[in-house]
Amino acid sequence: MESDLNRFRKIVRGKIKKELRRFISSGDLVGRQGNKRITIPLPRIDIPHFSFGNREKGGVGQGEGDVGDQVGQGQPQPGQGEAGDQEGQHSLEVDVSLEELAQILGEELALPNIQPRGKENLEDKKYRYSGVLKQGPESLKHFKRTYKEALKRSIANGDYDPDNPIIIPIKDDKRFRSYRITHEKVANAVIIYMMDVSGSMGDEQKEIVRLTSFWLDTWLSTQYNGIERRYIIHDATAREVDSDTFYKTKESGGTLISSAYKLAMKLVEDHFNPSEWNIYLFHFSDGDNWSGNDTADCMKILESTLLPVSNMFCYGQVESRYGSGQFLRDLHKHFGEQNERITTCQIKDREAIMDALKVFLGKGK
Amino acid sequence: MIHNTQLTPELRDIASQLLEAARKAGLDVFDTIFELVDYKQLNEIAAYGGFPTRYPHWRFGMDYERLSKSYTYGLSVIYEMVINNDPCYAYLLRANNLVSQKTVIAHVFGHCDFFKNNYWFSKTNRKMLDQMANHASIVRRYIEDVGHDEVEDFLDCCLSLENLIDIYSPFNQATRKTGPKMEDEDEVFRGEPVHKLQSKKYMDSYINPKEFLDQQVQKQEEKVKKKKSFPEQLERDVLKFLMDYAPLSNWQRRLLGIIRDESYYFSPQGQTKILNEGWATYWHSRMMTEIHPLQDSEIIDYCDQHSGVVAAAPGQLNPYKLGLELLRHIKKRWDRGQFGIDYINCDDPKKRAEWDTKAGLGDQKLFEVRRIHNDITFIDAFLDEDFCHEHKLFLYDFDRRTNKYVISDREFGKIKPQLLSQLTNFGQPIICVKDGNFKNRNELVLEHLHEGTDLKHEFTLECLRNLYKIWQRPVHIETIIEEGKRRVSFDGSSHSVEKM
Repeated sequence: MESDLNRFRKIVRGKIKKELRRFISSGDLVGRQGNKRITIPLPRIDIPHFSFGNREKGGVGQGEGDVGDQVGQGQPQPGQGEAGDQEGQHSLEVDVSLEELAQILGEELALPNIQPRGKENLEDKKYRYSGVLKQGPESLKHFKRTYKEALKRSIANGDYDPDNPIIIPIKDDKRFRSYRITHEKVANAVIIYMMDVSGSMGDEQKEIVRLTSFWLDTWLSTQYNGIERRYIIHDATAREVDSDTFYKTKESGGTLISSAYKLAMKLVEDHFNPSEWNIYLFHFSDGDNWSGNDTADCMKILESTLLPVSNMFCYGQVESRYGSGQFLRDLHKHFGEQNERITTCQIKDREAIMDALKVFLGKGK
Repeated sequence: MIHNTQLTPELRDIASQLLEAARKAGLDVFDTIFELVDYKQLNEIAAYGGFPTRYPHWRFGMDYERLSKSYTYGLSVIYEMVINNDPCYAYLLRANNLVSQKTVIAHVFGHCDFFKNNYWFSKTNRKMLDQMANHASIVRRYIEDVGHDEVEDFLDCCLSLENLIDIYSPFNQATRKTGPKMEDEDEVFRGEPVHKLQSKKYMDSYINPKEFLDQQVQKQEEKVKKKKSFPEQLERDVLKFLMDYAPLSNWQRRLLGIIRDESYYFSPQGQTKILNEGWATYWHSRMMTEIHPLQDSEIIDYCDQHSGVVAAAPGQLNPYKLGLELLRHIKKRWDRGQFGIDYINCDDPKKRAEWDTKAGLGDQKLFEVRRIHNDITFIDAFLDEDFCHEHKLFLYDFDRRTNKYVISDREFGKIKPQLLSQLTNFGQPIICVKDGNFKNRNELVLEHLHEGTDLKHEFTLECLRNLYKIWQRPVHIETIIEEGKRRVSFDGSSHSVEKM
């Protein structure tokens, strides 16, 4: 069975790869991740047979009801066609670990592995219940072990009767689970997402940012043991928010990009010592800044602080109806189009997300 | 005779007691070997269609994954698996409680008796367990010889066509013959001069008058036509036809044969689903409550389990329930003598309901039913109007306006034909080979005998693609799409649909 299963998984992997572009741009997968696993809806993988099509013909059922009443939940007779207006709704849900998904992404985009920098000296204690002790609280009693001990004792004593196998543990038989402390390397990478939420950024633009960040996250989290995420939104002022707010807020007003950079700088200074942390900065905007003065400020901050401390500074410019896209041009003017330290990309629409990922992550930093 | 070491002593005792009870009830079973397995093993076996070994194929992996997942989420539990084999193998889920085990064992004996005695199973290979293992090793050998991808691709093609068999052919040995290899026989007729009687030149128009010559030409054309019609009549065993005539290499032909064998082996189970499950359910119910009654303390658990087996979601038809109720109906009718011309002609409902001649023929009739019927004949013979009303059968239809399925009729005269048509060819379309030399270009034409339901179009296209890989010349299927006759074709690169 093992080999059949592997063979099947291989086919699934192939399918995911084939459909990856669609997954990336449709957002089907975002929000489907559970604990390190993600459920992927795939079109049903099946062996086609000559078979009857969607039977709108109906069939025979059993139960109460008058003519004209709805049948069940609109799902008569399993395997006899399904209710609903669409055909081929059978879909296969496959669980894939985020790691595997990232691996597929990596293979498809030919992403290089990241060479982490900084010291990996952050450690954390983890409690693992892996041992068994003779003392402990009742709540941690190891049932099976306890009864095994009791059974052993009772056989050794000679009072075990196979026909009437009653075993009563005494105090000495009791076994309890106990934990061990392990040290694990922890998060040594932080991603700071910054987004322009000024009036010109519409829902579609935000959706693009959301999708892009999801895939960035997926890839980066497999490259580091753990990862911290911080979210900054800004219009004329910037503030730190949680991820939910980050994607959902609709602000309006002007845009002062420097405000976000200043806040990012402060975050780094306060919490993330660059010698210990791999710092990733992503900034999404439609490229409209309030004034040339502010843009000049931004360049200064980037040049003097943000770029030196970060692994990567990425600027993704989302096209919007109102945005002028000026900021990207300013960046290029200031730093040159092929700057090692700064990665820029224009994300025209959802289709372009995949290319953006390639640009952002293709440097392997 | 339970020879098993894996059962616990307690279960072993139960199994032999139940076997005795089954014998007492008149069931006649193969030796039955029970194996106690955990859910992982059971899912594995279930994914393999009940067998411990099958040829390697990803489909089994997919089924296994699906079963495991639905088990993990508590969506479904397989209580038992039983294989039609002599000796009969049955698997019990280790985690089941004792009452479940008893019920399942009794249920298994029901199936086992059915396998052994039902006519539709009589032609199946009773050493299928070994046969499956042989198939597995043959396929493995080919994988080593030819390569995994090649074998897998070809198996995919074969499996895609696996339902194109003639389910009645095992009972119709006389007409089965292996066809000759295809030769281009009509070459012989091409360009051959019209047959003439010998004559002197000046006598020719008298000895071979025009009418005679026309007759000869016609004869010859008929001969050619007959040769051309190939196969001579519609062939329902499409797989057999492909084995005989498709340009396959030896390993391919062998694999196709394996798929076909297994398809024939499984086919009676598709044809007797209602009767077989009904029979097993009927007997576990009688054994648990009447022949080898449970203890008082076990009744609640038993009821819980049994009601799960026969439960039907609102409006659905559960084969276990339908089969069980119909068997009970038969038992009641024949016990009370509710059969024969007098009963049929009686149309006084009160009299009919109270009809009781104390005939007591119920059990006898039941065993007769189990011996000779399959689902279609079973429903056809015994689903009567009384039953239909009593069990509230109805017809549902798709309402385009509300996009829902609604109850459309409760009339017996419409329900029964619908049920029978659903069961025809165990719910599969009937497809035959019509022409193996279409357009005299060696193209293959299948014909779908349309009975009111169209084929699923995208699958049809896929299947034609797979068929092409086997036939290696353009392939066609004649069917009806939205009430128009169509020929769907695949020529190796693209599909086309042509009006006929």
